[in-house]
Amino acid sequence: MSQIAFEGTEEQAARLAACISEHRGEKGALMPVLHEAQDIYGYLPPEVQTVIAEGLNVPLAEVYGVATFYSRFTLMPKGKHQISVCLGTACYVKGSDKILEEVEKTLKISCGECTSDREFSIDSCRCVGACGLAPVMIVDGEVYGKLTEKDVKTILNKYAEN
Amino acid sequence: MTCEQLEKIAAEKADLINVRRIVREQAEKLAANTGYRKQVLVCGGTGCTSSHSLKVIEQLETSLKELGIDDVLIVKTGCFGLCALGPIMIVYPEGAFYSQMTPEHAKTVAEKHLVKGGAIVKELLYAQTLHSDGSVIPFAEIPFYKHQMRIALRNCGVIAAENIDEAIAAGDYFALKKALTSMTPDEVIAEVKAAGLRGRGGAGFPTGLKWQFTKDAVGDKKYVCCNADEGDPGAFMDRSVLEGDPHTVLEAMTIAGYAVGACEGYIYVRAEYPIAVERLNIAINQAREYGLLGENILGSGFSFDIHVRLGAGAFVCGEETALMASIEGHRGEPRPRPPFSAQCGVFGKPTVLNNVETWASVSPIILKGSKWFSSIGTEKSKGTKVFALGGKINNVGLVEVPMGTTLGTIIYDIGGGIPNGKKFKAAQTGGPSGGCIPSEYIDIPMDFDNLVSIGSMMGSGGLIVMDEDTCMVDIAKFYLEFTADESCGKCVPCRVGTKRLLEILTRITEGKGEEEDLQKIKDLAQHMKSSSLCALGQSAPNPVLSAMEHFGDEYVAHIRDKKCPAHVCKSLLNYYIQPDKCRGCTLCARNCPAGAIDGVLKSPHEIDVTKCIKCGQCMAHCKFGAIVKR
Repeated sequence: MSQIAFEGTEEQAARLAACISEHRGEKGALMPVLHEAQDIYGYLPPEVQTVIAEGLNVPLAEVYGVATFYSRFTLMPKGKHQISVCLGTACYVKGSDKILEEVEKTLKISCGECTSDREFSIDSCRCVGACGLAPVMIVDGEVYGKLTEKDVKTILNKYAEN
Repeated sequence: MTCEQLEKIAAEKADLINVRRIVREQAEKLAANTGYRKQVLVCGGTGCTSSHSLKVIEQLETSLKELGIDDVLIVKTGCFGLCALGPIMIVYPEGAFYSQMTPEHAKTVAEKHLVKGGAIVKELLYAQTLHSDGSVIPFAEIPFYKHQMRIALRNCGVIAAENIDEAIAAGDYFALKKALTSMTPDEVIAEVKAAGLRGRGGAGFPTGLKWQFTKDAVGDKKYVCCNADEGDPGAFMDRSVLEGDPHTVLEAMTIAGYAVGACEGYIYVRAEYPIAVERLNIAINQAREYGLLGENILGSGFSFDIHVRLGAGAFVCGEETALMASIEGHRGEPRPRPPFSAQCGVFGKPTVLNNVETWASVSPIILKGSKWFSSIGTEKSKGTKVFALGGKINNVGLVEVPMGTTLGTIIYDIGGGIPNGKKFKAAQTGGPSGGCIPSEYIDIPMDFDNLVSIGSMMGSGGLIVMDEDTCMVDIAKFYLEFTADESCGKCVPCRVGTKRLLEILTRITEGKGEEEDLQKIKDLAQHMKSSSLCALGQSAPNPVLSAMEHFGDEYVAHIRDKKCPAHVCKSLLNYYIQPDKCRGCTLCARNCPAGAIDGVLKSPHEIDVTKCIKCGQCMAHCKFGAIVKR
C-alpha cells in the first residue's frame, strides 16, 4: 500500500461523493466509480477505496480486489509528468524497448516508479493504437512518435523546465 | 423520429457525401448542389491526431477566415487507413490526397488551392498520387487503396465522425429501418446466417448461430454486448471503426437486440482509447436525441438502449466471460463454459457478444442481402477482413481486403513492401494468441481456416511484418512476457505455464539454453493448451510453437552455437570495429558510456568486449558504418 501520506481536498471529496451518489444502485457501478475516482485523485489510496466501499455498499476487499486487478488503476501516486512508453508489438519491433531504457537511464528510475521529487513517473503501456508512428511514447497525454534514443533527452528537457 | 424524417435527413445531405464517393467530373457537378465549393476532409483518428492533425484543422480555419473564404467545408473524419503518412487531408471534389501535413502546409493549401480559381499544390500531394507527367491520380486508384474492399470501414474517412446527419446520409440506420419495418426477428437472423458472417474478434464463430442461440434461450431479460476491448497490441481496426463510424455499431447492436429480443446493450471499450470513447458517447447521445435509441424506435414499438463501460487495461477482458464479469463490476476473470453466454451472460442473462468489426459488417448484410455478402471471400470465410499492418512495412495502416487475399498482395501491393530494402522474414497474425507466417507461405490466401492450418490464426487482424533483423526467439519471448503479465492468475496451467515458458525462452536468449529445452517447451505447451481455463492460456504457447516450427534453426543456433542470427539477443552478440572502415575519428570512444573503446586519433579503434555493455551508442554515432554486430 501507498507509503506517501494521503492529502485529499474537500473539493475532491465532494466530487467523489457526487459520483458515488450518481452511480449508487446501478448494476456494475464499481468500475465506472473507480475510473472517476482515479481521475479525481490521480490514484486510488486506501482512504478513497474505503469511501467507495461504504458509498456503494460493496465490501472493501472487493473494491481492493478490483482496483488491484486492472493495470490502469494505480494505488501509488504518479509524477507531475507521466511518461508512458508503448511496448505494443508494432512499437517493440521498431525498438521501443531501447526508448524505455533510455528514459529510465535519463531519469534514473525504473519503469513503474516515480522520481523522488515527484516530477516524473514512467510506465509502459500496450499499444495506444498509433502504430503508424511507432515507436511512440506519451508524456502527459501528448504522443511523440517515430522516436530514436536521441530524441528522449530533448523531449524530457521540455518538461523538466516547466 | 419517424422513417420519413430519417429519409429526409439522408436526402438533404446525400450530395454532400456523394461528392466524397464518386469520380471527379461528376463530383464537381454535384458539389454545386451542396453549397460548398470544396470540402476538406482531415483525419481526426488517433494516428493522425497524434501527429497533430488538429493543429492542421485549426490553421485551416484561421486561413480560410483570413482569406474570406466561406464556401469551403472542413470535415473532421475518422481514419483513412494510411496512418504512416499522417496527418492526411483530402480535398474534394478533386480527391486531392495531401499527406504528412503541417500547419504551414495547410496554410499553403488554403492560399493556393482552396481560394477561388486555385489549383492543387502538387508538391504537397502524396507522391504516389502523381503521374510522372505531373497529372494527378485519384487516390482510390493508387495501389494502397486499389486492392482494398471496404465494408466494415466503408464510412471511415468519408463522414464527419461526430455528425449523425452525415452518418445517416451515408446510409447508417437504414438497415435498422429495413429490419424493424419489413423483417421479422427470425428473418434477420436467417439473413445473417445465410451471409456466412463469422466473428471478427478472433475465433471466427458464426455470428448468426450466436444470435439464434440467444434468441432461443429462456430469460426474462436479454443483453447485446459489443467487445471493443481491443487488447492485441498492434491491432487498431476496432478503434478506427468507433472513431470513424460509431453509429454503425449502435445500429447493428440495435438490430441484434430486435432479432434476439433484448432491450439493453453494453459496449465494453478500452479506456486507452479516449477519442473512441468520446465519439461513442457523442454518438449515443445523438442517437437518443433522434429517437434511434430509446423507446419506440422509428415508430416500430421496439425499444433499445446502450451503455458504455470502460475497461481498465486487462488483456484477459477480451475473453467473453471475463468481459462480462468486468461489465458487472468484478475482477475480469474468466469462468468455465458451459453455461455459454448465450444462456448465461451479463448479470446471468442470455447475452449476444460480438466484436466491433463484426458489428460493422452487419448493416451492409441487412441492406444489400446475404447473397451479396457471401459472394465475397472464400468458401468458409465470407466477406472482408480488416488488417492492421504494422512493424517493418512501408504503408503502416489499416487495410480491408476480401477474405482469401494473399499475404503477398497485402504486404507488397498494398503495404508497399519492406523498408530499407530488407528481406521479408515472417508476419505475425493473431497477436499473442497467434503465430507467424514465414515467407514460403507468402501466397497463402488469408482466411480463418488456412491460417489455422499453418499454425497461426486470424485473431483480431493484427498483422505485424518482420524483416531479417527480427529474432524469432526474441519475438516469441516478447509475446510470452505479454501473456505472462496479462494472465489473470485464476487457473494454474496459464499462471504457472506462461511464467515457466518465459523463463526457458529468456534462458535461451541469454545463451544458457540446453538442447532439451525445446522438448520441454513442447510438453509444457501441450499441457497449457489442453488444461487452461480460457483462450488466453490455451493459445499463449502458439507464438513459440509456430516460431519453433518455422524457424527451428534459429532456436538451435541460440542453444547450440550460442549465436543470434538476427543479431538481436544482446548476450549473444559483440560489437566490433572493422579496422578497414574505421577512420579513427574517436567519436565512438567519446560516446561510449562504459569506456570500452580504445584507440589513437586517425588510427583504427578497438572495443574491449569485457567492458562493453552492448548499448549500441558507438554504432549509432559512427559516421562511417565501421561498427558491426556479430
